[in-house]
Amino acid sequence: MTTFDFLMQGLVVAMSPMILMYALIGVTLGTAVGVLPGIGPALTVALLLPVTYGLDPAGSLIMFAGIYYGGMYGGSTTSILLNTPGESASIVTALEGNKMARAGRGGPALATAAIGSFVAGLIATLALAFLAPYVVKLALIFGPREYFALMMLAFVTVSAAFGDSAMKGLTSLFVGLALGLVGIDQLTGQTRLAFDVPELRDGIEITTLAVALFAIGEALFVASQGNVIADTIQAVKGSVWMTRADWARSWKPWLRGTVIGFPIGAMPAGGAEIGTFLSYAAEKRLSKHPEEFGHGAIEGVAGPEAANNASAAGTLVPLLTLGLPTSATAAILLAGFQQFGLQPGPLLFATSPQLVWGLIASLLVANIMLLVLNLPMIRLWVKLLMIPKPWLYAGILVFATLGTIGINPSPVELAMLLIFGVMGFLMRLYGYPIAPAVVGLILGPMAEQHLRRALAISQGDWTTLLASPISAVILLVATLALVVPMLMRMRGKGQLLSQMASDED
Amino acid sequence: MKHTLLSAAFAAALVTGFAAPALATDYMIMAPAAPGGGWDSTARSMQEVLQTEGISPSVQVQNVPGAGGTVGLAQFASTSAGDPSQLIVGGYVMVGAILNNDSPVSLADVTPIARLTGEAVAIAVSAASPIQNINELVDMMKADPGSVSWAGGSAGGVDHITVGLLAKAAGVDPTKINYVAFSGGGEALAAILGNQVTVGISGVGEFLPQVEAGTMRILAVSTADKWVGTDAPTLIESGYDVNVQNWRMVAAAPGLSAEQKAAVSADIDKMVQSAGWKSMLETKGWADTYLAGADFDAQLAKDVESTTTILKEIGLVK
Repeated sequence: MTTFDFLMQGLVVAMSPMILMYALIGVTLGTAVGVLPGIGPALTVALLLPVTYGLDPAGSLIMFAGIYYGGMYGGSTTSILLNTPGESASIVTALEGNKMARAGRGGPALATAAIGSFVAGLIATLALAFLAPYVVKLALIFGPREYFALMMLAFVTVSAAFGDSAMKGLTSLFVGLALGLVGIDQLTGQTRLAFDVPELRDGIEITTLAVALFAIGEALFVASQGNVIADTIQAVKGSVWMTRADWARSWKPWLRGTVIGFPIGAMPAGGAEIGTFLSYAAEKRLSKHPEEFGHGAIEGVAGPEAANNASAAGTLVPLLTLGLPTSATAAILLAGFQQFGLQPGPLLFATSPQLVWGLIASLLVANIMLLVLNLPMIRLWVKLLMIPKPWLYAGILVFATLGTIGINPSPVELAMLLIFGVMGFLMRLYGYPIAPAVVGLILGPMAEQHLRRALAISQGDWTTLLASPISAVILLVATLALVVPMLMRMRGKGQLLSQMASDED
Repeated sequence: MKHTLLSAAFAAALVTGFAAPALATDYMIMAPAAPGGGWDSTARSMQEVLQTEGISPSVQVQNVPGAGGTVGLAQFASTSAGDPSQLIVGGYVMVGAILNNDSPVSLADVTPIARLTGEAVAIAVSAASPIQNINELVDMMKADPGSVSWAGGSAGGVDHITVGLLAKAAGVDPTKINYVAFSGGGEALAAILGNQVTVGISGVGEFLPQVEAGTMRILAVSTADKWVGTDAPTLIESGYDVNVQNWRMVAAAPGLSAEQKAAVSADIDKMVQSAGWKSMLETKGWADTYLAGADFDAQLAKDVESTTTILKEIGLVK
């Protein structure tokens, strides 16, 4: 049978009423847990595993996959409306999405996120079905040195994309890098900067920092301003739906986000966040309205949201073809497979084609279901913004705190949330961008580990970084991205650059 | 909080229909790791079997992740003292983590009950590698220890310890080994398959599907006996005196009376002997290496001692 026949057969399996019900339960649960910061899809699937012993494998795996996709989507809702990223892959969404929501464009922001997730999920799932064996070969070429080069590219493009003041952006980035050093060093097992606090040994949880800086910091900021800015938020201005212009500005970012997110998700050490960073940086550079970035540019929501859903499908590539789980949720899905006596791995496509294609087909179904479920909900969600501010922010505080200590019930976690919350307040007060701090915390440790692994393998020979053609090319691109704007500015062409930027309109 | 409520609800649903024995204990099992890992699935399997076999009317699982289990262990030791209903899952990884992290709490601060399962550590190369057997690999290490890069799990973990023990047994300076730690079996596996490193070391279960597909070769396993599913020789057979098993155990609270400890041990023994546990081991692919009582205490003391020695020799622990 050809791939297409298998897929059709899978769709028949996925369309049976029971399976559809499991998919519905999955996406509903997933959206719900994605909305709550801290409680992610991984925990939910782990909790549900024992309950599914009695169910049939296809049904429960489809439910788990629905939770995975739903969680990826749900995280964006709170990012956009409440500036509270539910999980690390939706941090970037908060940057432009929340600005849009404050300008009364929460509806279009949610819609572009939902439709972008759908488009990306659809294309990426089809890519998973047809390209998985090839993509995985490419992904395996990436070793520590190539990953290090990729991280460098992310650093350069992302730090260039944030804020107006390079000094303030870099300060924030270095705060994040410093925080990234806390905890047990993975390569030697030695503890760094933990000050004998056992909870710090595992480092600082990304969602804790993100929720604290974004949500708690903002709540404090709003409280400190009293009623001065009380009326600047409009719940709905213009249509709740996307306008023709919104569509025109969204479709390219959706596609670009998919192209960036899928392969990075498929890399065993990639991770969904990096795709969202790169997509954001790319959209800012390519946008015809770069001046809107930082003030609610729809491209900045559309691209990263597509990238994050595409990478969710990408994660399934190494899981299904190699048996390699590359995210926490994928690891639990693997446990789910094993529970039914199925060993995902190089032979899974050959030994249980029905199940694999059933899963891929149900991902398509889950994807459609998510759209159907969420588009009508947008009207309801934006009503959240009409809640009087003191209540809304009190609610956000409760919600953020519960979510954070829900996953890790410890006083230290709570203290960290508050300390970082105050830090976020101060950063906001003095005009420091907060996103680079979170980016530093995510990328810093990854870059460090990959660099050290690469050097361990080469026994300390730095030229190894350039010896691989892939990493050499990526490093070259990163260097150009860093140096060219500097050179142009030095030669007095900085004005020309901004001239060019404004001429593009 | 949500977690506890949910588990309670599931527990309630599962026990309906079982007439609980009059004196059965409600257990709370701590998995000192995030959901999804080996300790978590051990705890959740125990939960399932203890309930369905009617050994305990209600079992809850609590996750306290962090630092190779030492965060959970510290919390367990300080909050559970004298409470016979509290259990914690742990394993060999914890022994290394306690030493590495200079943890203030050790396994001496809880009451180890029994070893439940175990797995061999396997040394493997990708199918494309020129290395055919363990002796060739050891010869390379003897010639230039740094030239052999090992991909495995976290630093100071069971994989790293096994490499250290092998080096020592082969007469290679353990401080010279080039061990590249990855965050998990998955990432290490990718590095091995992508030929980024010379050799990989991980739980045998991680490699078996790859061997079956013909993408990898196992050179040796670390246990005293050959491992089911592979005909690779043991390290002892190959002439290196290394015997390591990555085991998982269950421990009870500190400060229990002899009767309380006996009651917990009896419940665990009943669980291990049950048909439900046997079928659970089969589905999960875990090997039954049940060891309890004085034998387990002696084995544990031996493991702690040899781990301390080798971690000092590798230079991870001062």
